[in-house]
Amino acid sequence: MATLLEQVEPETGLRPEIVGRNPWALAGRRLRRNRIALAALALFLLIVLLSLLAPVYAHDVAHIANPLAPNLNGTTVVGGKVVPVMQQGAGLLKLGETPIGPTWNPQHYFLGADNLGRDVASLLLYGGRSSLQIGISAAVICCAAATVIALIAGFFGGIVDAVLSRIMDIIWAFPVYLLAISIATELLTHSNGIPVGPLRLNAGNLWVPTCIIAFAYVSYVYRPIRGQVLAVINKEFVEAAIAQGASNMRLMFSEILPNVVSTVIVLLPLMIATSILTESALSFLSVGVQPPNVSWGTIIGDGEDLLYTRPWVSLAPGILIVLTVLALNVLGDGVRDALDPRAKLRVDG
Amino acid sequence: MLTFIVRRALWTVLVMFVITVIVFFIFFKTPGVDPARAIAGRNSNPQILAEIRAQFGLNKPLWVQYAEMMKSLFVSRNLVSYSDQGVLVVPEIGAAAPATLSLVFGAALIWVIVSIAMGVAAALLRGTVLDPLLMIIALIGFSTPPFWAGTVANLITQGGLHNTFLFSWVPPLGYTSFTTSPTLWFRGLIIPWLTLSFLYIGFYARVLRANLIEIQNEDYVRTARAKGLRERRVLLRHVLRNSMVTFVSLFGLDFGALVGGGAILTEVVFGIHGIGFLTYEALTNLDLPTIMATVVFGAFFIVLANAVVDVGYAWLDPRVRPT
Repeated sequence: MATLLEQVEPETGLRPEIVGRNPWALAGRRLRRNRIALAALALFLLIVLLSLLAPVYAHDVAHIANPLAPNLNGTTVVGGKVVPVMQQGAGLLKLGETPIGPTWNPQHYFLGADNLGRDVASLLLYGGRSSLQIGISAAVICCAAATVIALIAGFFGGIVDAVLSRIMDIIWAFPVYLLAISIATELLTHSNGIPVGPLRLNAGNLWVPTCIIAFAYVSYVYRPIRGQVLAVINKEFVEAAIAQGASNMRLMFSEILPNVVSTVIVLLPLMIATSILTESALSFLSVGVQPPNVSWGTIIGDGEDLLYTRPWVSLAPGILIVLTVLALNVLGDGVRDALDPRAKLRVDG
Repeated sequence: MLTFIVRRALWTVLVMFVITVIVFFIFFKTPGVDPARAIAGRNSNPQILAEIRAQFGLNKPLWVQYAEMMKSLFVSRNLVSYSDQGVLVVPEIGAAAPATLSLVFGAALIWVIVSIAMGVAAALLRGTVLDPLLMIIALIGFSTPPFWAGTVANLITQGGLHNTFLFSWVPPLGYTSFTTSPTLWFRGLIIPWLTLSFLYIGFYARVLRANLIEIQNEDYVRTARAKGLRERRVLLRHVLRNSMVTFVSLFGLDFGALVGGGAILTEVVFGIHGIGFLTYEALTNLDLPTIMATVVFGAFFIVLANAVVDVGYAWLDPRVRPT
């Protein structure tokens, strides 16, 4: 109501001109009204922003030159006193060295140190960079590849469709973790990398887990998009374009693609969430991100040894994963509701 | 129906074949890699290398090498783990299977019973506090990394609270076989069961609830009510039974994925020496023969489970049978 009244010119009292709104603007408006989805988006952007600011925190707040380098002999300040980062006999058994616990002081080991004496708070932000980079790029690559393959399969149909769909079925059947484990093992047994064309593929490269995840989930995105392509391929506007003599490329990318892109957009946040979860699991199993690089998954894995003495090392990255994935799932639900209020894709009734 | 089963079986065999080909290329044909050296491991000597080259026919044609790999996996089953010299890989997987099955079966039992109860309750009491509660549990369940859920469970039950009356009954991490001590087997698995099932309960309950509500609007439910059947009978025999179609197929897929490798995370965190743990140990040692075997057998199990689900689905619901 409010928007209608605002559009009435106060002086003339003329009825407002009826403005055509495109579906994207309508969807954007529906999304803006969904407070929970907006809060989720804000949370996700906040986590992204914090991760991007990792060097700022490490250098300017915590004053650490190289947050990823071991710091076993370092010292820090607690309550005005200089203490070593690795403390003798502070653990449950009073044996060996235990890293310092959380000081809750952002300047000095806010969340404590890990087994190598590194600042957990800085690691967390740097880990967020890897996790988010892998999660987002894997999801984008996966969705883009799946869309192109689905367009080709749906558009050409027949034998092309049959072959592509069968290939996708096989990828669908191949278990994600087992695929990643096989590829990563092979890469890890060759520390000097494996030649792929002109490049040398190294296990430490972040694009290795990215591509594994993107590949593993491509058929999950392919199936619904192919369905969408098949649903619009026989519509009148496609026939009209054909009658105008449009080329195959134009038909695929400027006639059909805009009509299936909403499905892709709905799937994207959900795929980012799935990719982040998969990345953390692979890194936890030591087949994802490799040292000295860190991700949320590797920090949790490293923190397992300290679980009962310094629980925050494992707890903090896990909380961040849950928050990020939760935000993305809620956002995905919101985007779906906004783009297609009558969607049958939903889980709840 | 028979043609459907035959076609599905042929497809399953084809997928299994392609999976073994992919595994073969990853482990034997990666460019710039000597597979013998990779299989023998770090501390190999020329004699072991020569043995491996002979065993896998590495200087013979491609298809012979593939056949040798398949033979050592399925026929002679003489793949030797290099980190544990002398241990045969395939029997070792067989020995680890009961632990994985104990974990997955127990967790599955809990999540099926609890989610059916919750889903039915939520469908009946629509609009009560149960609805948003389910929503939250489901969202948290599929937003939590399984291994981290286990880490938190360990922290609670093995950490500071372990010496209080709450969790003093929880044995140290690890797996005790049922034949050794049934009570210890049970006590050791309760926390892993609950942790694993927590990740699924919310999702399953929500799917079931949506399904129940959808089916309640179907014509045959109205007919059943019009016939004067009691509400409980309508709900159990007509509505719940039909919604089980989706539920069972979803369950089959998740169950297959868990046994075939998905339980690896839970097994590692709780120190349950099942197939997943075996894979993990092999990973930390880069023990290629063990990884190769667990990957192939795990993938086979998943593909097989998916096929069983598809056939079961077609049997329950004739509409999905392609003609």
